[in-house]
Amino acid sequence: MTEVDPVTLAVDGLQVSFSTPDGTVRAVRGASFSVEAGATLGVVGESGSGKSVSMLTLLGLTSAAQVSGTAMFRGRDLLKLSEDELRRVRGAQISMIFQDPLTSLHPHYRIGWQIAEAVLAHEKVSRSAARARAIELLGTVGIPRASQRADDYPHQFSGGMRQRAMIAMALALRPALIIADEPTTALDATVEVQILQLLQQVQREFQTSLIMITHDLGVIAGMADMVMVMYAGRPVEIAGRYAIYRSPRHPYTRGLLGSVPGARGPIKQRLTPIPGQPPSLIRLPAGCPFHPRCPLAMERCRQEEPPLLQVGAPGQSSACWRATELDGLES
Amino acid sequence: MTENGALPSDAAPELLRLTDVTKHFPVGRSFVRPRGAGTVRAVDGISLAVAAGQTLGIVGETGCGKSTLARCIARLYPLTSGQIVFDGRDITTLSRSDLRPVRRDVQMVFQDPFSSLNARRRVGSIIAEPLIVHKAVPRTGLRARVQQLMEMVGLNPEHYNRFPADFSGGQRQRIGIARALAISPKLLICDEPVSALDVSIQAQIINLLADLQAELQLGYVFIAHDLTVIEHVSDRVAVMYLGKIVETGPAEAIYSSPRHHYTKALLAAASVPDPDRAELRQEAALSGELPSPMDPPSGCRFRTRCPAAQQLCSELEPSLDQANGDADHQVACHFPLGRMEATR
Repeated sequence: MTEVDPVTLAVDGLQVSFSTPDGTVRAVRGASFSVEAGATLGVVGESGSGKSVSMLTLLGLTSAAQVSGTAMFRGRDLLKLSEDELRRVRGAQISMIFQDPLTSLHPHYRIGWQIAEAVLAHEKVSRSAARARAIELLGTVGIPRASQRADDYPHQFSGGMRQRAMIAMALALRPALIIADEPTTALDATVEVQILQLLQQVQREFQTSLIMITHDLGVIAGMADMVMVMYAGRPVEIAGRYAIYRSPRHPYTRGLLGSVPGARGPIKQRLTPIPGQPPSLIRLPAGCPFHPRCPLAMERCRQEEPPLLQVGAPGQSSACWRATELDGLES
Repeated sequence: MTENGALPSDAAPELLRLTDVTKHFPVGRSFVRPRGAGTVRAVDGISLAVAAGQTLGIVGETGCGKSTLARCIARLYPLTSGQIVFDGRDITTLSRSDLRPVRRDVQMVFQDPFSSLNARRRVGSIIAEPLIVHKAVPRTGLRARVQQLMEMVGLNPEHYNRFPADFSGGQRQRIGIARALAISPKLLICDEPVSALDVSIQAQIINLLADLQAELQLGYVFIAHDLTVIEHVSDRVAVMYLGKIVETGPAEAIYSSPRHHYTKALLAAASVPDPDRAELRQEAALSGELPSPMDPPSGCRFRTRCPAAQQLCSELEPSLDQANGDADHQVACHFPLGRMEATR
């Protein structure tokens, strides 16, 4: 496996929509982003922002959707691959970790067997070799007495251990890219820290690229190289970690940061929430979809949707007509 | 004054007091094993107090017994032992009918706004239910009161004829709050009221609860696993671990100088949207996971994960004592953190 390409994944103009009895749901409306080799991209957004749908679409897991755009991964466009070709990519080259490890593990099979099965599905190895690999991986992700615990069923594992087992499964075939969809949302804070540490450790060790989907800006604050903030199906801001948290150039990003308790200290200080609700993806507001909730909205925002343009720090871009004015404003 | 869970004498009048409350659940009891496999000691000797118009935050991780405690306070579970005094009256053993007037004063807001509302009933009738049950308002005045409540929690009063499915998660939580407030309770027990909501909506609900408290002089028992939320809303905080309170005191004291190693680890693990503090967070990770509440460790229950554990900790259970002469700040630890090392 010779990795010369510095970019693992390059997505351009991704659009995903679903037909429903109520109308067409435009879940993703033009997302362009890339992930460099060995780097971490954090994807942040609220429910319905399109963050999970974009990633599922890349893996061909949104069957009823109308999809357009390109997603280049190792010289091939993922969106044009046949089901057979995709199956060889999924798990082997790109693997996924889901939010709820209890529902993503099969309750009737032993943990070790489930990991070994992933190996057997993609490689010509003996059963005993696959099992040995599974045990080794469980050890790597910090399961104590891995050779015995490999024979446990998922219900015998705690939430944190199940998520460790999912990470072991995701690593089984040494993928170039791991997509983790809210991997720590179901876990307690002290266990969350352990899992985030583990993800960073395996990423360093295996030189994998990582896409971390989350609704919590705090989760990726310590690990993302780049952060993409999504709203109503589009990236509204993309920037390096420090730029996003220290000098955000989109009012939505600033609103998200202002909504988090503890971000700025004192007890019983009033939070500054974003007013209103996220829009319906069937009937989006005209112009910028954030304008009904935006404190800075002006006439142009109600008519024209702003494109994602370079602004502020190197590598930072924002989809806001007033992005340049946001510099130095108290957020 | 050194009595466990006591409020400082200069505080507002006491609304709720729990003394040594325990709740044990038998496990695995069956025909062939009538004695059962054991007991889960979900709440194991908790004493605490809530002052009128103030917020007691209860924080702890999954399985620490915080939701069981909430249900004990609301008398949804009978206690195994202990005593609950509400507004000067012992409610520990009241019968269902005697509890009725108490239920007017103690209401709950639940975590999941999707499963806690009946999907087949209109919002107006959901909010009116407690008014009808408690005959709080004459029938003719129902609609006006419901609409007044909807307005109070920031819902459009014209939507009283809609179904829960027509509302978003945050709006449904507002409906749940309106229902809880309908009969003007004195105490609101909020069990993870914002953890199912998106970040921007969480902040709306937290602000709403703060406004309602100021306006109606409500007492809150606010339960959450998220320390930053608790810090934001609480006057006093109790930290729970495996069915026990390990540290309690004024919110400022707990957050600025935690004395228990578990509190310190929880604080360090809290997710903060700041790159520099996030890296510190990872250095302070706690090892291991929560032991089973069916078979808690001997001595101090936290010792299996504690960085400062010594021989004594496995032999003797520490009691909740005042920390450093500060009667108001109590910690259950043989080797509590000093003031200096605890500051974050």
